Order: sequence, then C-alpha cells, then structure tokens
Amino acid sequence: MTLVPTASQTAGPFFHLGCTRSGSVSCLATHEAEGERVWLRCRVLDGDNVPVPDAMLELWQANAEGKYLHPDDTQDKTADRHCRGFGRLATDEQGNCVFETVRPGPVPGPDDTMQAPHVSVSVLGRGIQKRLATRIYFSGDPANAGDRVLTLVPEERRATLMAQPDIQNPGWWNFTIRLCGEGETVFFDV
Amino acid sequence: MGLTMGAKITPYRRHNPDTQPASYYPPYRSTVLRCPRMPLIVLPHTLSEITGPVCGQGDIAETDNDLTRQHPAAPQGERIIVRGQVLDDGGRPLRKTLIEVWQANAAGRYFHDNDNHAAPLDPNFTGAGRTLTDEHGFYEFVTIRPGAYPWRNHENAWRPAHIHFSLFGPAFATRLVTQMYFPGDPLFARDPIFQSIPDERARERLIAKFDFDITKPEWALGFRFDIVLRGREATPFED
Repeated sequence: MTLVPTASQTAGPFFHLGCTRSGSVSCLATHEAEGERVWLRCRVLDGDNVPVPDAMLELWQANAEGKYLHPDDTQDKTADRHCRGFGRLATDEQGNCVFETVRPGPVPGPDDTMQAPHVSVSVLGRGIQKRLATRIYFSGDPANAGDRVLTLVPEERRATLMAQPDIQNPGWWNFTIRLCGEGETVFFDV
Repeated sequence: MGLTMGAKITPYRRHNPDTQPASYYPPYRSTVLRCPRMPLIVLPHTLSEITGPVCGQGDIAETDNDLTRQHPAAPQGERIIVRGQVLDDGGRPLRKTLIEVWQANAAGRYFHDNDNHAAPLDPNFTGAGRTLTDEHGFYEFVTIRPGAYPWRNHENAWRPAHIHFSLFGPAFATRLVTQMYFPGDPLFARDPIFQSIPDERARERLIAKFDFDITKPEWALGFRFDIVLRGREATPFED
C-alpha cells in the first residue's frame, strides 16, 4: 500500500442538496424486472427511540436470480437491465422511507456457500461520522439458516437484520434501523 | 443451471482506524445518540461488498461541474477551481467514478430549508454539483469559495469552510463521504468534526492545497484536492 485512504467525514444535515434533491432513487427494479415485487419500508431511530428525519439510506442488491449489475460479478447468470439494484432516499420527518424492488436471489458467500437473499444498506447523515453498513434479510426465508454472514452475528441480535412482512399488505416489508441503544441494529465493519 | 460460484473474491484492504474519525465522539454532540455502541461485526468481503452501483455519463448534465453557471447570473463570492485526482490506495487512478459535492454559499448559508443561519441566500447559487472522473482519474469543479457558518454544537461553534464530497468508487466497500477544507483556516483547532480524526496527517490530507498551476489568470484561484479510496488486497485471501 502506498497511499492512505481519505478520511470519512459526516454527510451532515444538508446532504439532500448534493445527493437526494436530484439523485433520489426509490425504485431499484422497474416493473419490467423479473422477480417477486417487494416494498421495503425502512425506519431509522436514534438512541432515544426518536425517528431520525435527516438520514440517508442507500441500498444495493442483486437481481432476482442473484446477479449484481456490475462488471466484477462474473457468475454465469443472466443480468437484468431492469434491475439496477441501487436505491437512495432521505428519511422523512417520521424517519421513514420506502423502496420498491424485487426480492433478490441468493449470491455466493464465503467458502463456496450461498448467502441468503439480502440487501446491503448504507446509513449516512448528521452525527454519523463513517457510513454505517448493515444488511436487510427477509424473515422466514429458509436460506437464512445457512447464511455464513448471519452465523457471525450473535444469535440474539440476528433479528435486527430481518425485515418483517406486513401482514396487512402483501409484498410489503418493514425494516427498522436502531442506531444505538436497546435493540441496536447489527452494523458491519465492511 | 450453470456455474453459480463466482471467481475467488479479492477483498478490499481494511482501514487503519487512526486515519478515520472516531464514530462516538461526544464533542460532536450528534454522534451521541446516533453512533452504535456494540462493536461492528467484521464482514468478510463477498460478491455483495466488491460490487456496487455503476454510474455513467447519462447521470451528468453539462453544467453539473460548474456551480457558477447553474443560474441566469453569476453567484456572489470568490470564484475558485477545485481539481484533483481520485486514486486507490495502490496509486491507480479511478476512471469514470461519480463525485457529488454540496456546500454553503459565500455567506455561509446552504440552499436548504433546514438552514436558518441569518446570512443571505444567493438566488444564483444552489451549491450542488456532480461529475465523473476522466480517463486518468481527474475531476474539476468550478465553484464559489464557501463561507464558514455557525452550527450550535457548542458555545460559539463555527464550522471551518468546507465542501462536502461523496464518492461511490467501484464497490459497496469503497463508499466514501468526506469534506474538503481550505488551507490556513483558523477554525480547525476548535472544530470537533475535523478533530475527531486521531491521525494528524490524515486530518491534513482533508485540506486542499492552493495550486498556482490550477489558478487561471484574471479568473479564479485554484485548489488541489486528491482523494484516495481503498484498494484491493494484492492476492486473494484464500489459498
């Protein structure tokens, strides 16, 4: 290594100006995309359980077959140009934002295992010095049991990574991010 | 069904923590309720971390990298040119990578509903830009030198003048949001956001350098700000 990576600094309270004013992406996969359509209702809470109205969430996922739209994904699977797999929104006054997408497929994991369907998440904003990284898994997915990343997480904390289905609204899932305190979401050192 | 396994993953190198800000840093008050207390779980890099959103020229409009030409008239303030190169930690230029910037105007006021600093807005300055790096990893913005502004973090708290930078790089693992500062700012010593980075040299690398070669006669002062993103391990972890 010859150079030291540039230090992170908080995105602050005004990131909307540069990132989400014209760069919001609520839909990760258009209606032409293959797969089961889902809506992810995300909520961000602080250490006092108060909604965070000025966070930015960025999502990154594979398509329904489990292929990323990226040159380093060399899997022999079909890319779906209708599933870009990227989303980005600011939270609203209630700390919420909703992404529309398709349920991702499984992708390879450590040691030739397969990972359960998941969405990678970045959380940025005022008070967040370095991008916080977490994952959204789908509660009840049988593949969760064999996911090697989930096994790195203490069992009693795994539930913080699970989106829960909204019983009243088929296709809708709720995912709460607790930045700190009781029920703190699992964040990863990526 | 064909092969489902990808090639072996070459992970990105991990940061030296001293060169990054402390997540929990009470002098910057907003960290207290927004910083995880449990240790982060080290995530081995998989296909999910070594891929990331790909942006293209279609995402950029003509005046996006000239913040002084986005309105009918020129904005108030001191016109500057900010130029630099985006590299990985092995010194390799990162081509066609997206950079987004945002900043306050010359008076230290953001074009944002939540900014109620008693300084004037400038109808000719939004303070937002974006560009892609060129074939050699270089970028350039023309803008107005931003003003310092008060932020209520503590008694008589003022942020040193800065421009926010956001970069994706090639992968989820390389995401970076940072701030560029200006040389000689007397506010550095009292700014907890700047001071939250333990390593002094890492702090200094966030300060742009005045650059006479970038400076254009009869037009604008030039500043150089290079950005380094994480690079990949030379060889795969496994084997």
